[in-house]
Amino acid sequence: MDHYTQYQPTTGFTRWLDSRLPLVRMAHETIMDYPTPRNLNYMWTFGGVLAFCLGVQILTGIVLAMYYAANTQLAFDSIEHLMRDVNYGWLMRYTHQSGASMFFIAVYIHIFRGLYYGSYKAPREILWIIGVLILLVMMATAFMGYSLVWGQMSFWAVTVITNLFSSLDSIVNGLGTALVQWIWGGFSVDNATLNRLFSLHYLLPFVLAGLVVLHIWALHVPGNNNPTGVDLRDIHREAVPFHPYYTTKDGFALIVFCVLYAYFVFYMPGYLGDATNYVQANPLQTPPHIVPEWYFLPFYAILRSIPSKLGGVIAMFGSIVVLMLAPWLDTSRVRSTRYRPLYRWFFWALVVSCLVLGWLGGKPPEGNYLIVGRIFTAYYFLHFLVIMPFVGIIETPKPQPRSIAESILGPSARGAGRMPHPAPAAAETR
Amino acid sequence: MAITMDEPVTRRDFIHIAATAFTTIGAAAALWPLISQMNPDRSALSLASTELDLAPIQEGQAVTVMWRGKPIFVRHRTADEIQKAKAVPLSDLKDPIARVVDAPDEPATDENRTKAGKEQWLVMIGICTHLGCIPKGQKNGDEKGAYGGWFCPCHGSMYDTAGRIRQGPAPQNLAIPPYAFETDTKIKIG
Repeated sequence: MDHYTQYQPTTGFTRWLDSRLPLVRMAHETIMDYPTPRNLNYMWTFGGVLAFCLGVQILTGIVLAMYYAANTQLAFDSIEHLMRDVNYGWLMRYTHQSGASMFFIAVYIHIFRGLYYGSYKAPREILWIIGVLILLVMMATAFMGYSLVWGQMSFWAVTVITNLFSSLDSIVNGLGTALVQWIWGGFSVDNATLNRLFSLHYLLPFVLAGLVVLHIWALHVPGNNNPTGVDLRDIHREAVPFHPYYTTKDGFALIVFCVLYAYFVFYMPGYLGDATNYVQANPLQTPPHIVPEWYFLPFYAILRSIPSKLGGVIAMFGSIVVLMLAPWLDTSRVRSTRYRPLYRWFFWALVVSCLVLGWLGGKPPEGNYLIVGRIFTAYYFLHFLVIMPFVGIIETPKPQPRSIAESILGPSARGAGRMPHPAPAAAETR
Repeated sequence: MAITMDEPVTRRDFIHIAATAFTTIGAAAALWPLISQMNPDRSALSLASTELDLAPIQEGQAVTVMWRGKPIFVRHRTADEIQKAKAVPLSDLKDPIARVVDAPDEPATDENRTKAGKEQWLVMIGICTHLGCIPKGQKNGDEKGAYGGWFCPCHGSMYDTAGRIRQGPAPQNLAIPPYAFETDTKIKIG
């Protein structure tokens, strides 16, 4: 895509700054001049929503860290103190706690949007891979944050998840145990473990912010995909500047998203959590039923579907790694599932299997639950490893519009020239 | 500056290579303390042993004590439980290794998992070898699983009356910690 800029420093200071550190120019090119396809639907607003979520989590998290005591004797009580005694402490904590869930709702919609419209396909592979890395870091961060509460679920979730690494014992005897003790800093999950989890929980959001910068950079080189999956050709007819068009649209979506967010924070802050986590951690008693937070349930179901310890761990991590390979597993020349009549069915089957796996993750791993779990785990992997390559070869796609303009204006659009040029940012200063 | 093949090897080349190699080794060496500090510290290592008086534990009863932050299961087994454990052929076991910390490679017979002459006492690390939950079966009324030993509520692993894995996802028998009888009714774990 050819880059053009309309940035003209107007004051003496901005001219002086522009020849030394062109920060304003960079911001202008990123926000004002960035040409965005004009046919993006509301599924494209979740990137902005996610940036907002990260900001809220960092802001409320910094506040929580002012009251939190990372010590096994004090942690649980320090959170209750925050909730009961600190001015608006309950609001800060519930915003952070529900914020994690809202973050995952948005990120899962964002990922399935990418899968549906083929946003992972060339030339956006790096963008997609950075996105999967963001998901991984998000999961690590959310998991560590949950452990800090030091309730029964926190403690046993840390125990179970860190013990996943002991499965390496079946490759090199003793390696897994040594690794787990290295992670714990002891012979069980204890104070040393809690301290390092806190340290890393504070660090990782900033790693996440760095990855987000790379993600946006990798987006701005090839530009946005769009619902037709057809490349943007004519930026004057088919694109609008990001600001004010998409800042406004994203802003509206964000308001709607915040209504849902606020509903959870103010009316049912405990709904998405587990009541067992309001019991302080007890290393001598495992709760009858260990369940992770809802956003990990599909992965937990995959872990438990495999009857071998190492196999379960490999499948669980594999379910995310396989996402990274999607750009190369998908053999179709058509990006958007809109024009893929056969693949569309499989896409929705994938959505359903993720939802079913999520439901199963909260059920005990026995009897029919286990059988259904194995079927849907198998589908999850077959979808990426077999269906994606195979359907791309045998499918006859529906005709795609020749251009974004044609998809909006119909075949007569050619040369109509009725489209105004993208509103220049100069309009702001008029 | 690029070095081409026809230039002779000079003292400067040697200095370049030596300096780069030295920096790399130095950086790697500096990493080690950063990694090593994560390991269990001296205070964790020094909590080495726990003593337990067995006299008050009646036949059929079990107690749990802490050793190195881990629960240790001590069960006073009934004659019936011992007999059931001995009757299991090794070929029926999912994990045929005794998993005794002091003697790692012996077969998982009931004899190897207890002390000679004290076979009514089963002393184990009470941590499921699957993902580290605490199995049920220590208290009266706990579910003990299909083999009368222990049952892990997390993912359904079942252990027999010698603490050996019989069913479920756990890969290994419950581990036997290092312990010794100090007197007839007193053990020292660790």
